[in-house]
Amino acid sequence: MRGVDKSFPGVHALKNVDLNVEAGDVLALLGENGAGKSTLIKVLGGAHRPDAGIIEIDGRPVEITSPQDSQRAGIGIIYQEFNLVPAMTVRENIFLGQEPGRVSFVPAGKERRRARELFDRIGVELDPDALVRDLTVAQQQVVEIAKALSLDSRIIVMDEPSAALSPREVEGLFRIVKELKSQGIGIVYVSHRLDEIFAICNQVTVLRDGAYVDSKPIGELTRETLIELMVGRKLENEFPKRAVTKTVETDGKEAGAGLALSNLVGGPKVKNVSFNVRRGEIVALTGLVGAGRTETARLIFGADKREAGTITLDGEELSINSPRDAIAAGICLLTEDRKGQGLILNQSVLENFGLPNLSRFTAGGLIQQKRERNAFQSYVQQLQIKVSGPEQRAGNLSGGNQQKVVLAKWLERDAEVIIFDEPTRGIDVGAKFEIYLLMHRLVEQGKAILMISSELPEVLGMADRIVVLHEGRVTGEINDVKSATQESIMDLAVK
Amino acid sequence: MKRFIADNGSVIVLLALCAYYSVVTLGEQHPNTPAAGLEVAATILKESSEQPTVVVITRDTVQDRAYSEAVRAAIETGGGTVLAVVNGAPTDARMALEQVGGAFSKVDAIATNHSASGWGPLKPQKLKVTAEKFPGIAGIKVFKPRSYTWPSFLTRENLVNVINQNAVIAIIAIGMTLVIITAGIDLSVGSLLALCGVTTAVAVQQMAGGADAGTIGLLGACLIGTGVCTLCGVFNGVMITWFRVPAFVVTLAMMMVARGLALIVAVQYQSALLGGGTEGTPEAVKIEAASFGWLGNGATLGIPNPILLMLALYVLAHITMTKTSVGRYIYAVGGNPEAARLSGVPVFGVLILVYAICGAMAGLAGIVDASRFEGGRPNAGEMYELQVIAAVVVGGTSLAGGEGRIFGTLVGAMIIAVIQNGLNMAGVASYEQKCVFGGLILAAVLLDRFKRK
Repeated sequence: MRGVDKSFPGVHALKNVDLNVEAGDVLALLGENGAGKSTLIKVLGGAHRPDAGIIEIDGRPVEITSPQDSQRAGIGIIYQEFNLVPAMTVRENIFLGQEPGRVSFVPAGKERRRARELFDRIGVELDPDALVRDLTVAQQQVVEIAKALSLDSRIIVMDEPSAALSPREVEGLFRIVKELKSQGIGIVYVSHRLDEIFAICNQVTVLRDGAYVDSKPIGELTRETLIELMVGRKLENEFPKRAVTKTVETDGKEAGAGLALSNLVGGPKVKNVSFNVRRGEIVALTGLVGAGRTETARLIFGADKREAGTITLDGEELSINSPRDAIAAGICLLTEDRKGQGLILNQSVLENFGLPNLSRFTAGGLIQQKRERNAFQSYVQQLQIKVSGPEQRAGNLSGGNQQKVVLAKWLERDAEVIIFDEPTRGIDVGAKFEIYLLMHRLVEQGKAILMISSELPEVLGMADRIVVLHEGRVTGEINDVKSATQESIMDLAVK
Repeated sequence: MKRFIADNGSVIVLLALCAYYSVVTLGEQHPNTPAAGLEVAATILKESSEQPTVVVITRDTVQDRAYSEAVRAAIETGGGTVLAVVNGAPTDARMALEQVGGAFSKVDAIATNHSASGWGPLKPQKLKVTAEKFPGIAGIKVFKPRSYTWPSFLTRENLVNVINQNAVIAIIAIGMTLVIITAGIDLSVGSLLALCGVTTAVAVQQMAGGADAGTIGLLGACLIGTGVCTLCGVFNGVMITWFRVPAFVVTLAMMMVARGLALIVAVQYQSALLGGGTEGTPEAVKIEAASFGWLGNGATLGIPNPILLMLALYVLAHITMTKTSVGRYIYAVGGNPEAARLSGVPVFGVLILVYAICGAMAGLAGIVDASRFEGGRPNAGEMYELQVIAAVVVGGTSLAGGEGRIFGTLVGAMIIAVIQNGLNMAGVASYEQKCVFGGLILAAVLLDRFKRK
């Protein structure tokens, strides 16, 4: 691939990216979250059309405008979310879409033989007539790989293939990758786990902010130099200074005040999380995608079921079983996915604002719309929300203004603990700065803020303390943010 | 302007339909009401001698009787004398005329209506012939209410009738609107209507004292009937929320179970009436308390009670949906259940409530139905669920949830009612009407799609 360029409205996702995979190569594609890896993979797979650039296979340029084109060009893509039909057998899944004709019978015996041949090729044993839904994740992955091979793929792209596998299953995956490599198939391997990269890849390409950074053989890199390549941008002065910086007490004087979590467990992603957020400070919770950050926030907020662990606020243990409980206790959550979880897009901004606050505006069972309207108007001024009026549909606002509407509804609740999940994702620079200012104002009022962010500059620029998660556990806490670097955070995050 | 049409599309359609049917049904109107009777009496009193002697002649129908009664009373208060009132056939009229013509020296007037004025004995030549034998009626004049040109669709009588007959559907549609706003569906309403009717009927007969039941007893029986349906709604809601069974499946099951229960109760009751030895039949459970018919057949201030109940429920539902927290919650759950939950809305509670309300509305409709037919009919309300859903959809509520207005549904129900009425007046057979309604529902949804674009 040479000079691939792709823009979405408002985002330049890929800027002139090159990628080169030789037959028998295992190329690691690396970069931070949002660096453009997924977009690049989708361009290869025909899900996105590049705005510019050339894709060549065996020296011949190919045009990929649909998933079918991609398959025909010999590219097999194994996404994190498998494209398998759970209720069909392994054999049927492998040959789905390759049936000989629309009306002829499916040659089951022939397909079964071919499926066995494919499994032999990658050295695994799997019953072609097993139902896909009965397989483990690792086995389903094998079916995906066999499917790609059945289409004579010369290049196989694996997006975070080890994310959902146990250590033993990862070893199995490595064996398959080595087998494919020896058969001259080029592999693009996307992973956050640096150990794996060093174990099986022989070539590394790094992307950053949608731009191509460098390609190097693995032998020329160390763990440190690799992290530097990934986070290498310099810190710009995009964060406001806080007027009053509370000295963070570490000797336990104020230990009781604020939110404290101990041994939280819940779902597959949160295995054991303990940390605290004092009043008057911003704690950043960071880590790679899939480390369990959002899931931890959802546990605190009662959105998912907590299997173990306690949550205390100002020394008092809270019994939180639903978001309703959390809100009543003074905790609120600004979700990462504003459109899907933060707002009801087809309703007006006023209705969205009022939803958690209706009890404040009702008298005699009826909503006092004037009071609700006045309250909202005061936030429109205070937060400088750009809306045409309280009746404007929430779906028609820009990302920054949507975030402000969500913020307004929680400020009206007067919450004590505010959890921001990726507060500035998809928000332009100006609105970002305003949201940072607001966060400062809130901590100055003595609120406790937990900020989840994948953007390390944001973490370093805003936080009083940093908690790093890796695979559902706290792998590090950085109290001295001033001397912390992106490298030191990354080091904790990729453990 | 465009916005106005988009927002009030269904109202405009309803008005257009009414206008269309008014033009189509334009024709000669022959009033036959007590009010027309008063008018005729006044004319007779004015045009005849001081104390006119009058014979009233009409057919023997409920309306004609009311009309002739009004004429009689007005003439007598005006100082006249009513010599005879005939409610019958042309022969009765002839015999009465011969009688009064023989017995009295001077009969001034015949008060009649359009239908009876066409009878042979009342024709001028025939009257002349009769007068030769019976000189008393020599100078007799025939009076009838003035006819005028007016659309028969647009008569008060017809309009009240149309609304009254569809009040049951419109009441159920309130509950269905709430359910559909939460992006759900309830197929069990028709069966719940029947279950409520039968349960209430049995309760009236067995617990409230049958024919001697007092008001409190009747209210208690109604409460039992609607209570059963509300509980069925709660059951639907619990299945949909806690057990995550799709609403379509749960309410389809409830539709069958409730219909079965209604039939079982009716059959068992009939069997018990016959002494328990023989198997009963799925007939209506007759309610003997006479005052029970007040709700379904009575009227207050000239407006049938079902219509008043319907309007009251619509106003209540409208206020709930627009002015209370519960209403906001219902819209929020329909618009985005996850965002609603994360905003502290008790999503499960709201859904269970909505299905409970839907069950309760079906129950209330069942009581109206039982009152109208003076008995709980186990086969009542079949296919109502589809009519109700049609009314809600035509009224502009989106099946995707989150959007819809209560009064939109009322308009939707009325659009369907008016079309049905118009087709009936035009003599279109019920089979053909089904095709029309199928097309109508499709058109309403398509219109909604285009509106969104």
